[in-house]
Amino acid sequence: MLTRRLSALLFSVLAVAVVAAAPRATQDPTGVSNDAGAVRHALNRLTFGPRPGDVERVQRLGLAEWIDQQLEPARPDDRTFAPRLPRAFPQTGPFDSPQQARRAARAAVDDLAAARLLRAVASERQLEEVLVDFWFNHFNVFAGKGRTAMYLPDYEREAIRPHVLGRFRDLLGATARHPAMLFYLDNWLSVDPAAIRRAEALRRPRSGQPPVAGGLHPSTGARGALSVVEGQASGRRRGLNENYARELLELHTLGVDGGYTQRDVVEVARAFTGWTIAPPAGPGFRFAPLAHDGGEKVVLGHTIAAGGAVQDGERVLDILAAHPSTARHIATKLARRFVSDDPPEALVARTAARFRETDGDLREVVRAIVMSPEFFAREAPQAKVKTPLEFVVSAVRAAGTDVPDTAVMARALRQLGMPLYMCAPPTGYDDTAETWVTSGGLVTRINLARQLAGSQAALVATPEFQRR
Amino acid sequence: MYSRRLFVKSGAMAMLSLGCAPSFLARAAEAAEGRRRLLIAIFQRGAVDGLNMVVPYGEAEYYRLRPSIAVPRPGRDQGAIDLDGFFGLHPVMAPLTPLWNTRSLAVVHASGSPDATRSHFDAQDYMETATPGVKSTRDGWLNRYLQSGGSARSPLRAIAVARQMPRTLQGRAPSLALGAVEEFRVRAGGQTRRGLETAFAADTVLGPAVSDAFDAMRTLQAATTGSYRPAPGASYPRSPFGQALQEIARVAKAGVGLEIAFAESGSWDHHVNEGGVTGQVANRLADLAEGLAALTTDLGELLADTVVMTMSEFGRAVAENGSGGTDHGHGNAMLLIGGPVRGGRVYGRWPGLREDQRFEGRDLEVTTDFREVFSEVAARHLGAPAAALARIFPGFMARGGLGVV
Repeated sequence: MLTRRLSALLFSVLAVAVVAAAPRATQDPTGVSNDAGAVRHALNRLTFGPRPGDVERVQRLGLAEWIDQQLEPARPDDRTFAPRLPRAFPQTGPFDSPQQARRAARAAVDDLAAARLLRAVASERQLEEVLVDFWFNHFNVFAGKGRTAMYLPDYEREAIRPHVLGRFRDLLGATARHPAMLFYLDNWLSVDPAAIRRAEALRRPRSGQPPVAGGLHPSTGARGALSVVEGQASGRRRGLNENYARELLELHTLGVDGGYTQRDVVEVARAFTGWTIAPPAGPGFRFAPLAHDGGEKVVLGHTIAAGGAVQDGERVLDILAAHPSTARHIATKLARRFVSDDPPEALVARTAARFRETDGDLREVVRAIVMSPEFFAREAPQAKVKTPLEFVVSAVRAAGTDVPDTAVMARALRQLGMPLYMCAPPTGYDDTAETWVTSGGLVTRINLARQLAGSQAALVATPEFQRR
Repeated sequence: MYSRRLFVKSGAMAMLSLGCAPSFLARAAEAAEGRRRLLIAIFQRGAVDGLNMVVPYGEAEYYRLRPSIAVPRPGRDQGAIDLDGFFGLHPVMAPLTPLWNTRSLAVVHASGSPDATRSHFDAQDYMETATPGVKSTRDGWLNRYLQSGGSARSPLRAIAVARQMPRTLQGRAPSLALGAVEEFRVRAGGQTRRGLETAFAADTVLGPAVSDAFDAMRTLQAATTGSYRPAPGASYPRSPFGQALQEIARVAKAGVGLEIAFAESGSWDHHVNEGGVTGQVANRLADLAEGLAALTTDLGELLADTVVMTMSEFGRAVAENGSGGTDHGHGNAMLLIGGPVRGGRVYGRWPGLREDQRFEGRDLEVTTDFREVFSEVAARHLGAPAAALARIFPGFMARGGLGVV
């Protein structure tokens, strides 16, 4: 129950918020003001919300210097926090029964969610955490789809986290090869339809001689390659699967209006045939040459010569990462995260240009947005509503604790419709007010205020606090 | 019992005495005028074994391929309940036979998705968005129906009795997900609550949603005082599914403009030991049938303008597997219940269960796209205009003429 003091507090908090949002002195568009309003705004956008005393701490350091530190995640001191992270995740198999495997997968997801929430609340490397959330969501995989959960801890740790302030092409490549993505978007099942005939040809010799391995990739050999194609027997691998190719173009790189056709989708899918998962349920990427369509492909006007094998996929990723539509799509999404639901065209254009100039250096792309006049514009602090994840974490941070009850937080996220790792569609969770400003959701936020933020419930229940 | 009009009138008086503008009551009053069309959508998550729910007992292949889990022919010990000389209901679904006999229950068999996926996740997504094969659809088809306009705005026009907003109701149009009517309230004292309401009302972005929430809470509170007593003879199972249906009936009977309601029935994915006339699936089917029977009894005269529609992401393989269960299949059966339903019939072309008749040699073929059923309900029951149907079901041209509603 919220106390009666809440309403009194509420209005005083509102008054403070109004003052905080008041017009600030004009500033040099490239310089960064150090006043409390600017610092509070930067903390709201670049962290999971200010803790008590954060505004003053950043002011002492200087906002420009603090932003620089956040852009270099090795710099903020996390020594007191790092040892509290869970060290190991549950085993990845093999398991005696499907039930056992499911239990292990659930435990892995719960532990991973707890670690993510702990980092979001307590890590000093806040911008990195914000970007891990952003990029995981951009390259979303869903823990509820089959084996995806088993691959999740490694996916976040190895494919996402190391690259969030690195090169886009590296991030793209790491997700493309990861079993979590290969499984989630079905690419591991995608085979050249002609591969089935080749597999039969391999099986044919019955004179007791082993099948001929000629033309196969030396590291895999006939048997492994054949087993991929033999998935046929289970009725699951019936040929080309366009799922990954389509989402790669639409969601990961070019964007839905990025200028590709159905023909491109098929060509990209052909290029990625044979990109599969090492058996049995192993953790690694494997290229299965026998499942691969070795012919020539034409992707967005670029010809990929026949015989490229595993390099076909890499070549497609190169083409996509360098495409102007990708620069624009990524610039738009980042500007939407950091500035407003409908970001100003000038900002998007400048950010996309920065993406191209720097060969997709995400640190410089984020810097371009954060140091922009649009980021510090007068109307900016009102322009974003927190997602449930941002609400829940910022409520805990507002209360000043760094030993959060992550189980309570995870439950709150389920109630608010944004459980970690459980977004089914590849689009990821939406980042606009339209999705999250719902009647039921706001009532739930108000009701969760006390549970999440204790004595700070009054602050957390205000409309102002729903903004980021 | 209150009449709707009386509730609206007395509620308005109460609001006036509190000095609040009764805009929500005006809307509720508007919504309460005329006939209310109600759709209750029920998702059987996990893929129900439709061949054991609505048994094709006239098929020899059914018995040949399911030696340990088949439901016996009608007339035998614990046999199926005969529907039309070829199909029969699982015997635990006896609570639904009165609805069949009064032609308020119909079945659409061999229905499902044109997409061949056997992934629960993909198939549920395709069914809830009604865009099979397209994963990037942002909103659900029921939300797109709500967006298409239609009836007067009510804060309680669409509800899901579920912890999360189901995909099918996600989207721009307002809808409400609640665990139970009792839980949907701001847990704070009156003064605090009013303080919050005022603070939020001044907010241009958050204001409307919060006003809707407070409207809905007041409406529910005024219309659902005290603990709920279902109509005599309506006995809901004490399962989550039964309780969810009871909440829906409660809101429907409160006369607050409910048009779309959604509930889930879970745990249908039985790869191991699913059982036949008894066992795991039988228990789930009993829960389903008892819940639906209680709901229809409880709705009383409202059933005349209500369609209850069940769906499940795909069917299960025709043959039982090596562990006494069934693996993921393709075609399935949907149930439709209510006054507007032309019941007492099994709809859809039956493709047969012989190997050459089966989908990919193993599953029930789909002869009726689930969107045929959805779009017919949207058009003929909910009254969605033809222009709206193209937006609700993008890329789909209904063949029409199913005639189940």
